[in-house]
Formats: sequence, structure tokens, C-alpha cells
Amino acid sequence: MTSLHYLVLAPFITALIVPFLYKWFRKVHTGWFVLILPITLFVYLLQYLPVGGERLEPLQLEVPWVPSLGINFTIYLDGLSLLFALLITGIGALVVLYSIYYIANKKDEPLNNFYVYLLMFMGAMLGVVLSDNLIVIYVFWELTSLASSLLIAYWFHKEKSRYGAQKSMLITVTGGFSMLAGFSLLYVMTNSFSIRVIVDHAGEIVNSPLFIPAMLLILLGAFTKSAQFPFHIWLPDAMEAPTPVSAYLHSATMVKAGIYLVARLTPVFGGTAQWFWIITAFGLVTLTWGSVSAVRQKDLKAILAYSTISQLGLIMSLLGMGSAALHYDIADEYKIYSIAVMAAVFHLINHATFKGALFMAVGIVDHETGTRDIRKLGGLMSLMPVTFTISLIGLASMAGLPPFNGFLSKEMFFAGVLEISSLEIFNVRTLGLLLPVIAWLASIFTFVYCAIMLFKTFLGKHQPEKLEKKAHEAPVGMLISPIILVSLVVIIGLFPNILAYTVIEPAMQSILPNLSGTDPFYVNIYHWHGFNTELFMTIGVVLFGVLIYKNLSRWQQTAFFLKERDPLNAVYDSGLDGLVAGSQRVTNMQMTGLLRDYFMFMIVFMVALLGWAFIRFDALAFDFVNVAEISPYLWIITFVLIAAVISIPFIGHRITAIVAVGVVGFLIALLFVVLRAPDLALTQLLVETVMVVLFLLCFYHLPELRKEKFTPRFKITNLIISIGVGVIVTLTAFSAHAMRHGKASWVESISQYFIENSKPLAGGYNMVNVILVDFRGFDTMLEIVVLGIAALGVVTLIKLRMKGGEDV
Amino acid sequence: MEILMIITVGVLFSVSTYLILTKSLLRVILGIVLLSHGAHLLLLTMSGLKEGAPPLLGEGAESYADPLPQALILTAIVISFGVTAFLLVLAYRTYKEHKTDDLDQLRGNADE
Repeated sequence: MTSLHYLVLAPFITALIVPFLYKWFRKVHTGWFVLILPITLFVYLLQYLPVGGERLEPLQLEVPWVPSLGINFTIYLDGLSLLFALLITGIGALVVLYSIYYIANKKDEPLNNFYVYLLMFMGAMLGVVLSDNLIVIYVFWELTSLASSLLIAYWFHKEKSRYGAQKSMLITVTGGFSMLAGFSLLYVMTNSFSIRVIVDHAGEIVNSPLFIPAMLLILLGAFTKSAQFPFHIWLPDAMEAPTPVSAYLHSATMVKAGIYLVARLTPVFGGTAQWFWIITAFGLVTLTWGSVSAVRQKDLKAILAYSTISQLGLIMSLLGMGSAALHYDIADEYKIYSIAVMAAVFHLINHATFKGALFMAVGIVDHETGTRDIRKLGGLMSLMPVTFTISLIGLASMAGLPPFNGFLSKEMFFAGVLEISSLEIFNVRTLGLLLPVIAWLASIFTFVYCAIMLFKTFLGKHQPEKLEKKAHEAPVGMLISPIILVSLVVIIGLFPNILAYTVIEPAMQSILPNLSGTDPFYVNIYHWHGFNTELFMTIGVVLFGVLIYKNLSRWQQTAFFLKERDPLNAVYDSGLDGLVAGSQRVTNMQMTGLLRDYFMFMIVFMVALLGWAFIRFDALAFDFVNVAEISPYLWIITFVLIAAVISIPFIGHRITAIVAVGVVGFLIALLFVVLRAPDLALTQLLVETVMVVLFLLCFYHLPELRKEKFTPRFKITNLIISIGVGVIVTLTAFSAHAMRHGKASWVESISQYFIENSKPLAGGYNMVNVILVDFRGFDTMLEIVVLGIAALGVVTLIKLRMKGGEDV
Repeated sequence: MEILMIITVGVLFSVSTYLILTKSLLRVILGIVLLSHGAHLLLLTMSGLKEGAPPLLGEGAESYADPLPQALILTAIVISFGVTAFLLVLAYRTYKEHKTDDLDQLRGNADE
């Protein structure tokens, strides 16, 4: 165990102590204790940053967990992991600080739960991004799903919270499960769970027939986690969580786990047309769908949720397009396409900063006014100047306006899309022009919802009568975190190159490792790069955005605009209801509660199975070489027996039926006599006598046998089934007889041993009795036990009377 | 002789299945009794019914009937007797409690 292993485990260990801290120090807000941890981890991680020209050497530290299965807790720290780990711990620290003021009412809130879940999430997320072993990643991955659901349902007394938690759980766990299947396929192909080893085998994987299934299964996991279309529907419902949770999980960290996975596995799958097109297409559809849906929302957090979806789609599509760089083996071409990867990494950082700040600002508005509904808000600019400034910077950055970091990443996005659209491979030519157009349209809508958020909340007329509280500025503590985040937005916006070789370039090396060996990436981000297409696209975005916003009131009344909920929710809801109703219907169909039906299932299945086996293995045989002769009285006994048996179903009187069964029993005793089984005949006679007496005793109290009131259809079904049973048993017996006596493989009975040894070994002349009590005495002992238990059961049934109205 | 016995066994199985599929508890129990008869006869038949003395060494015969299946059937008879007796009392109690022996009326999903 190294310090980095403890870094992953530290949040879990802290989570164990939190309940005690909460109980022992009631006067201090528990968050203050928790705050120490992410700050420490962040500072610790900073030391790995390559500063001043040196390069980040990847660290690989292995601790065996289940070595026999190839599962090891291996920490792998490279540029990509470091970037994510810094985001998780850094924003984690800010979110904890913010939550201390946000959930300030210590008496009412179960703070210990909150921080335990949050720490659990933080540890799991660090585990996902720092692990090298796929199974370990999967374990931490599911832990993030679990922690996320717990946090969404933090106010579990609310119906909507529980709904959101269940939805996110179902969707992300479905994806996680398919991801596990994809990991298993990777193991089948490479015989290793280690990503390092798998990357080394990337060439074999691409040529394997399992390539496509593994890729699709893993992508399903990544897409559900990162809220890509059409799996994005859980994210808006997850907004029922406390705002710090939304800021942390549902904007900056957890939803980027899927992005991380795609980036991490790009060296494995990247460079192929399937990977390129699937990720690019899903990313772009998500980008558009999210930005268009965000415009319709009336709730501030819902707008941010859809905007998160849309931005995640943007990053995802950039990663898909960037993977083209791995395909080209011509010397310098890759650098042009790797700009998309650079944009993805850069926008990932930018999105985490401005989206975190925006969520916190929305939380402040909610906290200080009591509502998040944009129809009730307005004119808060003068009342909440600091929050307004934070929101302004965050929204401007999100809309892609200079001089903030969002502008830079949007420019790079356009640049990347434009480069890719002129790509010679993957049939890009045919659809190429579509990519920049979609990206541009989505950006316009992004601009529009940013404008809506800003103007509807902070400008316009103040409506104090609609608010629950008197609006005023938030306490300083609540403002610290968003101020730090927007400062980052501005700093990165003005000096983007402080990130270039410390964070972005190492992360790009991790995503495109095959290309980094010869020539490192040249990362240089600057605001002004001449009058090029990207700049005009941005100007177009602003122009059209303003135009649409100005005319918003016109199409605000259209059905499209009024309908808030995503139409895909209907699919999910009816799917879930359909599953419940469908399984209920299946259960009701087979679980009738009727003994007859269950018997029918069993019997029909057995008959079908045996019949199939007969046909399949050609087992029907008729051969009567060793048949014994039939004595004359055997004819008589057998015919009377058959007649008696057949008559029983027709008897309507209970005593007569019992007597008929008795007759069958006695005839069987007679058969035993003829077949030279004296002990059997004796027992059968006795047992049959006692049985008939018992029957008569019991059924003396029972009502008259009624005529069977089956419908004819039922009677015929029963008849067919019972004849089927008879036929199958007869055929089986015939075949068994033929197999035993007809074939050459005739095995002698072991009875000769009993015949020879009854006298010398056991000292008895009656062979049956010797077998019963000497050779096979165990059977007899246990059969006595059976009788004893039956007797006890009978006594219990008769004597024991439950009091208190139990259903007997 | 085996052919005749096997057909008898087949008839016993058919009729008992038909009885088990009916609604009356009494008929079901009668069906179970017939089913065990069928099984016992099948055991005996499948071991071969060739001529031979009863399995008693005092007879001094050259060949004996196979003693092993007889021992097995004896065990089976006793066990099925125990089970049938228990079933009978169970049916009796069921009738006492529920005042019916119709299996359709005895079903319920209160405990599901």
C-alpha cells in the first residue's frame, strides 16, 4: 500500500468517523471536519503536477487483491487521472465548504448521513479515475451510482426525491452492468483486466470478432453514466438532491465518469470508424437535444441539468472526433485532429468550473428567495449583486463569450469540428458538412438559455409578492466557493496557457498514447487567432441568439415551449409500468392457486420431456425375448383389476369409490401371491385393510361425492393428459424391458449374491426379510422413522388447535 | 406376462392421473393410492417375472424369484401407507376447518 492507495481509501475511512464526530461535537458543523480531507488530498495531488518543463511520468503501483483472478488494486496515475483527481478533490473541497453554509440548520438535517454519502462518493470517484484494473473500476463505478442515489434521496420523505433516486439508480446500474459484460469481453480477448496490458494488445482487439460487442457494452455504461441521449432522462430528475450535491455529482464529477471511461479506452478502441461515429453521433445528438430542452425549462436547476447534458454531449463528441487522430499514421496529420481532444480536455475543466459556480449561485438564489422558478424570480441584480456577478461570469463563459474560458473552448470546439468535417477517412465526406452545422445550432440554443437564466433571474421586475422570503444577499461563507470558481473561470480565460503543459498536454498523452512517443503535443491557446471561420461562427451565434431571445415571447406560447418534461420520460415510465404489469400478468397466468393447474404443468412437462427424449435418441424399442408365460388365473386377476381401476372415476358415491379402491388393493395382493412374493402379499393385505378402514373413518364425516362439474373441454384436457401419462409410462417400461433383455449388454442382477449369502452370512432363510433387516437395514430404519413422523403428524393434526383465528 | 403387466401399470397411471386432476380432495387421495399401486407393480415387473420359487431358501429350489425388488416394494408400501394416512387426516382436518373438499374453493392468495 502506497500513499496513493491511502488517498483513495482516505474518504472511506473518514466516512467511518463522521457519525462519531457528528455525535460528539454537536456544536460544530460536521462539515468543518470533513473539509480538511479534500483540501489535504488536493494539496497532496498538486505535487504530481509537472511544472517547469518536466514531463509527467506515469506511476503504476500495484497491491494484490484477488491475484488468482487477475484482480489487483493497481493505482495508475497519469495526466488524465491526475486531471480528474484534481477536479474531484478541488471541487469536492469547495462543495463541502459551500454545503456547510447551505445546510446550515444543524438541528433538522441529518448531517452525518450527508457527509458519509458525500465522502463515500468522493472515495469511489477517486477509485474510478485512479485504478488501472477494470474490475476495480467497476466496483468503484457502482459505488458512485449507489452514493449518488443515496444523495439524490437525501430528503427521502419527498416523493420526487425517491423517484429521482430510483430512476438514476436503475439507469446507471443497467449501464454499469453492461459495462461489466464489456470488461469481461475485453478480458476474454486479452486475458487481462489491466488497462495498460489491454492498451498494449489494442491491435489484436480491433481484429477480434468480440470487438463490436465489447465496445457497445462499454459505451452503454459510459453513456448512461454521462447522461447521453437517450439515457439523459435521469439527470433532470436527480435535481431533487441538495444543491451542493447537484453541483458536485451532477455537473463536475460523476457525470464525467463516462467521459473519463471513453477517454481512457480511446487508445484501445480509438482509430476505428465505429468508435468515431458512435461517440460523435451520440455526443452531437445529446448536445443538440440538451440545449434545445434547456430552453423550455422553467426551473433554474432543470435548465442547468439540461445544459450539463448538452455540455457533456459536446465533450463526448469531441472525444469521438479526436479519436480519428489515432487512425492516421501519416506523420504530422494527427496534430490537426488531436485539436479535438485538446478541446475536450480543456472544456472538461472549464465546464467543471463554471457549472459548479452556476449551481452554487442557483442554490443561493433558492436559499435566499425560496424558489427556483424563473416565472417568480426577477430583478435580483440590485438585491444580490455578488450572486449576480457570479452568474454573469458563469453564464457568459457557458455561452462562449470572450474573455472567459468558455469562449476559448468553444472556439476550439468549432475548430475541431471544422477540421474533422474535412477528414478523408470514415466516410466523413458524405456527412461532413452536417457536423459544424449541428454544433453551431446547438451553440445558439446554449446562448439562448444562458440569456434566459440571466435575464429572467436578475433583471426585469422584482416580484416580492411571489417569493416566500425577503430576498437579500447570501452570507459570505456561501459565496466563497462560487467566487473561487468564477475567479478560475476568469483566470483560465485570461491566461489559458498556465494549464497547457501542466494539465492538458499530459492528459492528451494519456488519451492518445501511441502518438506522444515521438513528438509531444503542441498546446497553445490564445484568444485572438485572426478572422477565421470559428470567429465568424461565434459572432453568428451571438447574433442569432440575441435574435431568438428578443422574439422569445412570440413562441413562448407554443406547445413545444410549454411542455417541460422530456418526452423520453414517457418511454421510461411506461416501460417501467409495463414491466411491472407484464410480470404481474405472467404470474397471474401461471400461479392460479389451483392444485390441478400445477399438476398439469408438471405432468405435461414430464410427458413432453420423455416424449422428446424418445424421439431425439430413438429410444423406442419393443423386444420380448425373455417374456414369462401367462398363467390362466393371471388373465382373470388382471382383467378384473383393469375393470375395477377404470370404473373408479365413474363412481359417484364415496363409499363405493373407497370400496373399489380397496378391491384394487386386494387384487394387487393377489397378484403378489401369483408372482411369488409372499411377504409383499401379506403386507399389502394388511395395509389395504387398514387403509380402507381409515378411508371409511375419515370420509364418514365428509360430504357426498358430487358429480364432477367440469366443462367438457376440461374433462377432455384431463383425459388427454392422463392418457398421455399412461402411454408414456407404458412406452418407457416397454423400452426399458427391451433394452435390458434384448440387447447384448445384458447385466446380471445382483440378486444372486443375496440368494447365495442369506444363509451363510446372515443366517436367514427368508431372503426378503434378510435384505430388509440385514443387508439393507438402513432403509428399514428410516422407513420406521417415516411411519413415526406420520403418526406424530396425525396426532398433531387431530390434537393441536390453534387459538386466535389463525388460518389453519 | 410382462406385456400384460405393463399395460395394467399404464392403465393404473392413466386413471390415477385423471383422478389427481379432479377437484375433489377425496378423488385426489384415491388417485395417489392408485399411483403408488402402479409404481409398486412396475417395480416388480421390471425386475422380470420369470418362473422361480418364492424367495425362501427352505424351498430348496433351483431358481428363485428376485428378492431385491420385493424388499424395495415392501419399503415403498409402508412409506406410501404412512403418507396416505397422513394425507387422509389432513383432508379430514381441512374439511373440518373449511367445510369443503372442493380444491377450487380451497385456494386463496391470502398468504402469498
